[in-house]
Formats: sequence, C-alpha cells, structure tokens
Amino acid sequence: MSDDYAKLKNHPAMLGAGLVLLAAALVALPFALATVGTAWVRITNLAILFALLALGLNIVVGFAGLLDLGYIAFYGIGAYIYALLASPQFNLHLPFWAILPLGALVACVFGVLLGAPTLKLRGDYLAIVTLGFGEIVRIFFNNLSRPINITNGPQGISRIDPFRIGDFDFSRSETLLGLDVSGPIKYYYLLLVILMLVIAVNLRLQDSRIGRAWQAIREDEVAAGAMGINTTRIKLLAFAMGASFGGLAGGMFAAIQGFISPESFVLVESIMVLSMVVLGGMGNIWGVILGALLLSFVPELLRYTVEPLQRSLFGKLIVEPEVIRMLLFGLALMLMMLFRPAGLWPSKVRKRELE
Amino acid sequence: MSALLEVANLSKRFGGLEALSGVSIAIDYGQIYGLIGPNGAGKTTFFNLLTGFYRADSGEFRLAGARLDVKAPYRVAAAGIARTFQNVRLFDNMTALENVMVGRHVRTSSGILGAIFRTRGARAEERAIHEHAHALLEYVGLGARQHELAHNLPYGDQRRLEIARALATGPKLLALDEPAAGMNATETATLRRLLERIRADGTAVLLIEHDVKLVMGLCDRVAVLDYGKKIAEGAPAEVRRSAAVIEAYLGGALA
Repeated sequence: MSDDYAKLKNHPAMLGAGLVLLAAALVALPFALATVGTAWVRITNLAILFALLALGLNIVVGFAGLLDLGYIAFYGIGAYIYALLASPQFNLHLPFWAILPLGALVACVFGVLLGAPTLKLRGDYLAIVTLGFGEIVRIFFNNLSRPINITNGPQGISRIDPFRIGDFDFSRSETLLGLDVSGPIKYYYLLLVILMLVIAVNLRLQDSRIGRAWQAIREDEVAAGAMGINTTRIKLLAFAMGASFGGLAGGMFAAIQGFISPESFVLVESIMVLSMVVLGGMGNIWGVILGALLLSFVPELLRYTVEPLQRSLFGKLIVEPEVIRMLLFGLALMLMMLFRPAGLWPSKVRKRELE
Repeated sequence: MSALLEVANLSKRFGGLEALSGVSIAIDYGQIYGLIGPNGAGKTTFFNLLTGFYRADSGEFRLAGARLDVKAPYRVAAAGIARTFQNVRLFDNMTALENVMVGRHVRTSSGILGAIFRTRGARAEERAIHEHAHALLEYVGLGARQHELAHNLPYGDQRRLEIARALATGPKLLALDEPAAGMNATETATLRRLLERIRADGTAVLLIEHDVKLVMGLCDRVAVLDYGKKIAEGAPAEVRRSAAVIEAYLGGALA
C-alpha cells in the first residue's frame, strides 16, 4: 500500500492537482482570514513582506556566505525613498511603478557602498561593520530633520500614497464581483504575485553561473579566485542583489502602512530577518520562506491566545504576551540549535556540511 | 619562436629572508617543466608569485609573448594559467561535476540578467558548461563519480578532480603544486599517465614535486632551486649529474 502511495505521490497528475489546490487555497486565503478579522489579512501581508526580506538576505548570507547584520537598512532606504517621493512631505506624488524600482536601485547602490569597503572582512568582522552600517542609516533617518527637514525625524512620514493604477486604489474597499474586497486584500494579491516573482528569480539565480560562483566563494574563497572568479565583483553582486530586494520590500511596506518612522528599522528587525533565514534553513529558498512565515505568524497567534487564555483561567493577566513571545523565541532557537542545526528545512548543502 | 612562459629576474623578500632572488626560467609549449629543490628552497613562493597570490618585489612574467598581469589570481587564470594547491582545495560540499563547472566560470559570461530571464544565450552557455565539465571528468577518469560530493571522494580522486577543475579554465599552462604528495604507488602511476596525456593534448605543465622519480621520468626539463636561487637547469639526466644539485640535496661532504 505504501508503494502505491509513493507511486501516486510522484505522479505528475498528483503534482499538478496539488499545485491547483495550493493556488486555490492562496486565492481564497484572504477572504477566509477577513471573516476572522481584517487584522489577519494585514498580518499576512507583513509576513509576505518579511518573506521577501528573508529571501533577499538569503542571497547574501545563504548563497554567498557573507554575514550581514544591518540588512534592515536597505528595507529602510527603500521605504524612505518611496515615502519622500509619494507623500505630503515634499508634496511629491510620483506613481508607485516609478519609485518602487527607484527605491530598489538606491538600496542596490547602498549595498555596493557597504560591500566595497568590507570585502576583505569575513565572519565576525563583517558582521560588526554591517551592524554599524544599519545603525548609521537608522540614525540618519532619525536626525535628517535639521537643518533641512528631509525625513521628519522621529515623527516619521505619514499619509504616504497607496499604490494607485488609474482609478484603482489599493487602499480603498470596494465590491468586486459581489465580494467585499478591502484594501489589505488587494495588497495581499499584489504581494503574492511579487513574492512568486522573487522566488522565481532566486531559484534561477541559485542554479546559474553566478549562483555557482557565490557557492564557490562560500566554500573556499582562495580556490574560487584561483579558478578565475573575480571574488570582489561576485561578492558585490551578492550585496547588490540582496539590497535590491530589501529596497523593493521597503517601498511596498511604506505604501501599505501609509506611515513610516525610524523605529521600524532598528537592529532587532535585522536580527529578526536573520533569524528567519537561520531558523528556516540558510541557503534553501523554501526553508527561508517557512522561517519568515513562522516568525511572523506565531507571535501574532500568541498575542491573540495568551491574553484571553490567562483571563479565562485566572481571571486576570499574569504574564504579558510580549514576554511569552521572547521566551518562546529564545527557546525555539535553542531547541533548533540542538536538534536541527541546519534549520527546519535546510538546503542540501548545509545538511551535508553538518553531517 | 619564443617560449610559452618566460619569467625574468624574479625576486621576493619576506622581511629579512630572501625567498627568491633573481630566478629566471622559460617553459616551452607542450613541455612538462619540473621545479624541484629541498624544503624551503622557494618553490611554493615561486608558484604563488606566478599565480598572483603574492606580489613580487621585482621580476617580469610573459605568457605566450604578452606581458602577464599577476596582480590578482583571477586575472592569472583568465590569462591562461590554472593551478592546483599543495593541500587539495576543492569546493567540498559541491559535487564533482559542480566543481568542474565552476572552473568554466572564467571562460563564460552569463550574468545576473541572463540567469533571471534564462535567455537563449544563457541556456546554451549553461548546457555547454555542463557538457564540457562532464567531458573533463571523463578525461581524468571520474566520469562515473560526477554526482558525488568532492569531500566524499578518495584522496587520489580529489587530486584528479582538482586537475579537471583547473583544466576547465582552459589553461595554456597547468601549474601543479605537489600533485603526487600523499599518493600511493598506484595513484601516482595513474597521475603520471594523466599528465602525459595532458602534454600530448597540447597543454604545458609546470610541476613542483618532491617525488624525484616522478619528476625525472616525466619532465622534459627541470630547474633546481636552493635557498631562493636557481642552481641548475636542463634535461633531467643533466641535472641529476650536476655537482651543485648533489650538494644541495645530500650536503657538501659528497660533492
């Protein structure tokens, strides 16, 4: 019977059916979530944004093996580019299709700027410099309100334009085909499409001449150089690609939230994205997405269960959900290091390395 | 006709130690050229200078008549010199095939856009890389092990895989740093046949080696280094009779 099952499982028709089911589930998901509460659609959107970030960081950390602790800076740069060019801050309201790529491009340039002076550094040293870079960028956001007010300092920028195509406004609720489609649901579909594109790009990069060069550098930089790989250029390429994805995600974050401030781009966020990559399985695209979804959803689930649970059990709140969240997060990372050091869904290469 | 590789007046100091002083050699097309000498004679220093890992204090390199830029290892590989390492340095967690495919990097050009859009050119190039790498594995006798991880291969196979990876860069000169080190007699014999075949197929080889029997039997020409200076050069039979060489290897009493 198990033989029959295996045959069935590997049958192309089953694979096709599985994909159709998955697609149907992904299409229906926001409406199902909306019945519980629109907040859950927003949480899903943020989770997808974090998946985009984790995929970008995975290029730098997972593929090329360069530890980056300041990755959130690129997210911030993308977000601020979008916010400055599409908000009342400078009274500019450029269309999203123009400034979203621009944000990715500027982030890419900053990726190269960060990469160039740090190429000789490895491991811990690189981590420290990138960490410093992330903080510098955040402090700039915080202080660029004087003498000329550019970023509006700690108050942040509000009333950022949503995505708009002609009359179609992504932030407005409307009834389409007899369904109530709220703003977050529209963004959900957009994010889903972008996520799929980014996954495709990552899969193709991994399995290419450049992807092999990244892997070779991660394995042995000296030998990679001797084989004719311009290690400087290829490492910069990893920084640039990773940063572009970060910038892209940042622009969408600004549009979806409508408000950004330096507080969204603190060190803890960089560490969170890195944890997603590590927890999910460094170097494996699907593992990284799993890590991002888990670390985005589980804390929210806790927020909605821990408090009511305590109230019904004890009649009052004893432990704050936030405390439980960090406790479980630490525990999860410890358990993972003990039992699944290569991540929940590791890449084949990482698994081999640790065996 | 000028030689394939000409090295003139190469010198390198490490602090107070003169690792190489005024060494000149010339390697002809289609030759296996042996570089021998006692431990610490400067063989590996020579090798590292030639392949761009160290910067020479003085000296000049010419490859196939053109000035060779030895400022960075990747440029040396692009110019046509491929090397192996004294301690095998493979990409351990990649398969044998992937290792050799990395070697093709320098002779191919697909970039990020080619990878993302899978253009026709990029796909054709990827296919060519794959075929070339597979053919090279067959050439060194590892065709059947192409999907094994590099670090799971036996030692002799790892050595040959390193040679296949170096050949994938399409070198004019293959530079091998002690390829027979740690090999048993059978593995050395296989290596020797492989090197003879590489020479017959038109690639020159620079060989640094301790196995004197292998060097004397295989090389067309041999240079001997001692304390950073070239003390003898010529056909293996001549070098073997040189008084300076005997002194360097066995000590002054016998000379």
